Amino acid sequence: MLEFDDIQYILLTRAPAITGRYEFLSFRNSAGGRAWLTAILETVHSVEQARASVGKDNRWVSVAFTWNGLRALGVDEASLATFPEEFKQGMVARAEVLGDTGANHPENWLGGLASPDLHAIVVLFARDVAERQRCEAEHQRLIAQCEGVEVLSSLDLEATPPFDYAHDHFGYRDRMSQPVIEGSGEEPTPGSGAPLKAGEFILGYPDEAGPSVNQPQPEILARNGSYMAYRRLQEHVGAFRDFLKNHGQTPEEQELVAAKLMGRWRSGAPLVLAPDKNDPALGADPQRNNDFNYKQQDPVGYAVPLGSHIRRMNPRDTAANMNRRRMIRRGGTYGPHLPEDAPEDGVERGIAAFVICASLIRQFEFAQNVWANDRNFHELGNERDPIIGNQDGTLEYKIPKRPDPEKNHWPSGIHDGAGRRLLFSARPQGASIPCVPRRGPMRRCEFT
Amino acid sequence: MSDTPKQNDWSKPAAMAIPKEGFFKLEQGRYGPVYPKTPACHGFTIIAKIIPGREEVIREYGRNIEKAVAGNPHCLAVLKLHYLRWVLFDIGKDTYFMYQGIFDTDFDKYTEDAVGLFTKLGIRTVFENLEGFPADWQTNAPAFIEFVREHQCPSFLEYGEYPYVSSDEIKKALKLKAAFSDMLDQMQ
Repeated sequence: MLEFDDIQYILLTRAPAITGRYEFLSFRNSAGGRAWLTAILETVHSVEQARASVGKDNRWVSVAFTWNGLRALGVDEASLATFPEEFKQGMVARAEVLGDTGANHPENWLGGLASPDLHAIVVLFARDVAERQRCEAEHQRLIAQCEGVEVLSSLDLEATPPFDYAHDHFGYRDRMSQPVIEGSGEEPTPGSGAPLKAGEFILGYPDEAGPSVNQPQPEILARNGSYMAYRRLQEHVGAFRDFLKNHGQTPEEQELVAAKLMGRWRSGAPLVLAPDKNDPALGADPQRNNDFNYKQQDPVGYAVPLGSHIRRMNPRDTAANMNRRRMIRRGGTYGPHLPEDAPEDGVERGIAAFVICASLIRQFEFAQNVWANDRNFHELGNERDPIIGNQDGTLEYKIPKRPDPEKNHWPSGIHDGAGRRLLFSARPQGASIPCVPRRGPMRRCEFT
Repeated sequence: MSDTPKQNDWSKPAAMAIPKEGFFKLEQGRYGPVYPKTPACHGFTIIAKIIPGREEVIREYGRNIEKAVAGNPHCLAVLKLHYLRWVLFDIGKDTYFMYQGIFDTDFDKYTEDAVGLFTKLGIRTVFENLEGFPADWQTNAPAFIEFVREHQCPSFLEYGEYPYVSSDEIKKALKLKAAFSDMLDQMQ
């Protein structure tokens, strides 16, 4: 039985927000940090509270800490030693594993996020900008009362138009393939797989391999908590649109190039089910838009290229033990919308998202290291994920094309089916911290 | 990660001398240094002393693996293997175990899958009969991986008659050969 009154809402539910704000904090003294924590906890929703009041609430708050942050708050060394090595090391030390090299190196991370002084994040989602600004002001007042608590940096989130569905600045529909946790009360959409044991995402519960083991001690530090990796991904919208234009003669061809990079049309329609023509109704239908596999329906990648983003991030029936690799994603877009016909304005925009899982090394790091950045994934030889992989200008992206007997006559040569080669310069800028959400009793209250 | 650039022509046999550390430059994987792909693909050679008196248990394990593979020939597919070799040998009064694998992925990339696979198949891993192997290996993948890495002896030389070719590519070539043979039959 999941303890909904003790699990932060962000693990299991999504706030109906169109804006938000992340604030990254440092605790210069532990007493000030603890005073801040005591006060902010009054505002943090549990799953139970969020579900009970989602219709009338206007803002939702979550908090999480780095390993250094737990020490800064006064957690003893013996307890700190029980956390897993990858969390203790922190994301800066794991940068090479994650593919955060070159332009994505921690030296280039913004907002002090590569600093050991980064101790905590407070995540705000708000129903509108006025509410976000009100909460921001309330939080400023709280911090002013807590000695030694400093805001290293902050980031405001803004949904991008049109607002009737979630999508990024490139225009790709999001949130179609999320794992469902057993006992959460949710039903997976067709094609999303069976509900997974809670321990895959929430500490202290059995996972897909059996009972919960090797958890941080004492139990109160772990139970109902999780690990959360933060990724800030800048989207170079002008470069992306130029790329589509350079590789597609007509708007239809450009749309297909965009789809081939992702594995879905920007409408969300999966290429496996709509290989030749966009189908916005399919993309918008959760009963159909995730109901496909690869082994039977697209083994060679004629519809969804083997190296495309969704095929790497969720290989479905073409990978083993998928039930041990799933992750919960939360977050949103930041920066202003760039209108379709506007030139690149140089303003930073992108995605600022969280990956939530019970094992950073088995789930998050595996996805980054093996799925996103392994050049030889699916024996592709010299590719990385075209959307989130670390691109250094030396990689390629292959789009398999079915040999057309009308156009390719034997014996003039056997068409190799490899299709054309594309080069894609994806977005640099990564910033990330692994955090463990705090646990403990939660009560709903307004900011103080 | 296996950031191996496109390799040489498979028709040109190749050899690679490897530094003592097992790698040319330190590249950090999830559980430790990443070992390079060589003309003989990826692989490991694990050598450890067995717990005295366990030799027959280990030989019985060999028969169990034979049965498991016969019952489900693809049960080890996730490991992307070419070959596995298990060897027992004596040094003085002690018996040692050598486990050598040749496969197509980095050393640590799918180790969690291997641990999960052994658990799923109900195979009592032969490692349980080795000195120093963690008793909680089934629930402690990092400890399993640490043991493997501590007992890994990197090659100083590897050779491939058909270098860098994956087992999937070999199987594809054999399928193609069979398909051509079938096509020629159909044209008679």
